[in-house]
Amino acid sequence: MKIHEYQARELLSSAGIPVPAGAVIHNADQAKDAFDLVTKAAGTDLAVVKAQVFAGGRGKAGFVKLVRTADEAREAAAFMFSNRMVSNQTGPEGLEVSKLLVAAGVDIADRPEPRVPGGVTKEEYYLAITTDRNTRRNVLIASAEGGMDIEAVAEQNPDALIKCAIDPQMGLQSFQANEIAFRLGMKGKQVRQAANIMLNLATLYDVQDCTLAEINPLIITGPTDDFPDGRVMAIDAKFQFDDNALFRHKNQQEMHDPSEDNPLEVRAAEHDLNYIALDGNIGCLVNGAGLAMATMDIIKHAGGEPANFLDVGGSASEQAVTEAFRIILSDDAVKGILVNIFGGIMDCAVIARGVVNAAREVGFTVPLVVRLEGTNVEAGRKILAEAAADLPTLQPATDLADAAEKVVSAVKQPVA
Amino acid sequence: MSILIDQNTKVICQGITGSYGALHTKGCFEYGTQMVGGVTPGKGGKTDANGLPIFDTVRQAVEATGADATMIFVPPPFAADAVLEAMDAGIRLICCITEGVPVADMIRVRAVLDGRNAAARGADAEHSRELFTLVGPNCPGVITPGPKTGEGTAQSKYTNAGCKIGIMPGYIHTHVSEARTGKAVGIVSRSGTLTYEAVWQTSNLGLAQSTCVGIGGDPVRGLDHADCIRLFEDDPDTHGILMIGEIGGEDEERAAEVIRTECSKPVAAFIAGKTAPPGKRMGHAGAIISSGAGGKPTGTADSKVEALREAGAEIAETPADMGAAMARALGI
Repeated sequence: MKIHEYQARELLSSAGIPVPAGAVIHNADQAKDAFDLVTKAAGTDLAVVKAQVFAGGRGKAGFVKLVRTADEAREAAAFMFSNRMVSNQTGPEGLEVSKLLVAAGVDIADRPEPRVPGGVTKEEYYLAITTDRNTRRNVLIASAEGGMDIEAVAEQNPDALIKCAIDPQMGLQSFQANEIAFRLGMKGKQVRQAANIMLNLATLYDVQDCTLAEINPLIITGPTDDFPDGRVMAIDAKFQFDDNALFRHKNQQEMHDPSEDNPLEVRAAEHDLNYIALDGNIGCLVNGAGLAMATMDIIKHAGGEPANFLDVGGSASEQAVTEAFRIILSDDAVKGILVNIFGGIMDCAVIARGVVNAAREVGFTVPLVVRLEGTNVEAGRKILAEAAADLPTLQPATDLADAAEKVVSAVKQPVA
Repeated sequence: MSILIDQNTKVICQGITGSYGALHTKGCFEYGTQMVGGVTPGKGGKTDANGLPIFDTVRQAVEATGADATMIFVPPPFAADAVLEAMDAGIRLICCITEGVPVADMIRVRAVLDGRNAAARGADAEHSRELFTLVGPNCPGVITPGPKTGEGTAQSKYTNAGCKIGIMPGYIHTHVSEARTGKAVGIVSRSGTLTYEAVWQTSNLGLAQSTCVGIGGDPVRGLDHADCIRLFEDDPDTHGILMIGEIGGEDEERAAEVIRTECSKPVAAFIAGKTAPPGKRMGHAGAIISSGAGGKPTGTADSKVEALREAGAEIAETPADMGAAMARALGI
């Protein structure tokens, strides 16, 4: 699940991690007040107006704007609310923008000397916690080379990345956070501030069942009266949550913005089907995630392209199978369907009845290849054979390889 | 003759009165597994449809039945607690079938499990035994097939010398006494139905299975591929090893290292997810080509296939080739 930048800021703020003052606005008339509010709170005369959409490429599309006056803020907001944002990630139709974040500009201190050749010249750092499945620990990752693509840092300067495993029973300890702050080159009162941010981020990660919590950049401001060594703050953050833990996080369910979900995937989820749209033209209906992935692989191996991943699960009903057909067929690109079932818990007769119902209720003309094996397979094959009149495009397959070859060659036949 | 379980393994079901727990307790019972009871808090003292005693706690079940294995079907919010309860009652083999357990819960469970096993090894360094083995979560379970003796009903059990703990269809498996080639292979896999496919293909080629282990599709779990390959290597009645991996993580890469350095037996391997797009979670929480912190793709099918090929494993290029690849590796 993705959350918006303003929501990530709220999470950080609620965890005691300082972020520049910000306000969310829903129309251009709110822009002036928001500008005055955030610049006053931050003691600056600069703000950024940012469209709250998931797609990247906001800056280039003109949907991230630096503003110096309330009027400029209003102008920028009016533009963003009255135009659709088109970037290389949105497609030509673009996205409607319904929320903007107005955030106070921040004076990032200069770094006297880069830490590594060609390194960053501002006080920008990187801080993240993620689950390392190899050590089965959460791990904190930090770097003095923030604000840029951390992957490039990992490749060019692996030594510039600091990694620290978090004990699952004790959590991140103060001494660990202090040590990392010192290794990042923090000085004076910066150390305590940065360590607190790390400890708070670790708590937030735990409490919210995150699989990734990333602050990039973490910055240090120039000196102020209250913070003679500068203030350590989070400018931007990214969170990923564990879907399996959603049941204990009502706030995450509320944060979910379905506006950019694939509607077919949403429909599938309502029927306990696991569906992911892909780019090809062969629809797949399979039981089990591993077999579904392997079915996509063998279609590709036979020279075809899968249109989707669809796992009907272990206990799907006839109705769910029929719905799965509806979902597959509502993708116009689909020119053939492969049903691959290895009945374990799943009864082949249920699948067969679902296929026949789909043919009667939905009706389809594309080639259909069905491979059934496992529990109650004879009954399943009989049901399909008896409904042959309703399934003119049906070809039974003997095994997985046969099924893939049949559906790929059927799709390649020119339509009469 | 097998790994982890055999005809003497005494099994309970945690969550025996739930719909899945009840269904699969019956399935295991009719296969011929020594099912000795089940646990559902609040329903202690009753019996289930198979006549098995139900207990309130795992400890009571263990004291009354001497169970040494459990299969867990409780809902995801309670699964981690169920694993810890089984461990605390001294059950050595814990199969967690439940799908959808939070990763954070499994990190804590693994830490406790590893701590207890480390303590056990410290006290008994010579034997370096694992006190507890966790299989799963989000897995089909473990099966050691036995020769077929009946129809798979309560009166006429499918076998009297096998053990099935989990949700796999028992009848597709073959005992070595019934296999044309006289060879038995160990199968280890992250996916359920893909395991059945592999079992089916090997059975059709005249191969038996010594034991099949579904290790599950979650990122943090109990046994991994490398652990199972070591167990199969030490089992004199396993003649070859078929491992089925998928995208995500580095489990298969670690297994490749074990195959290269510790394994004398023929190994065949298939990796699912060659065509999966990065960043999309393919059903299993673990099956994702992830861009971890930073964005570099990890756990691609290609990197895994390459590592396994270099380690000397026979690669199944497609899922239809898994059984044949195993036969090739065995020189059949």
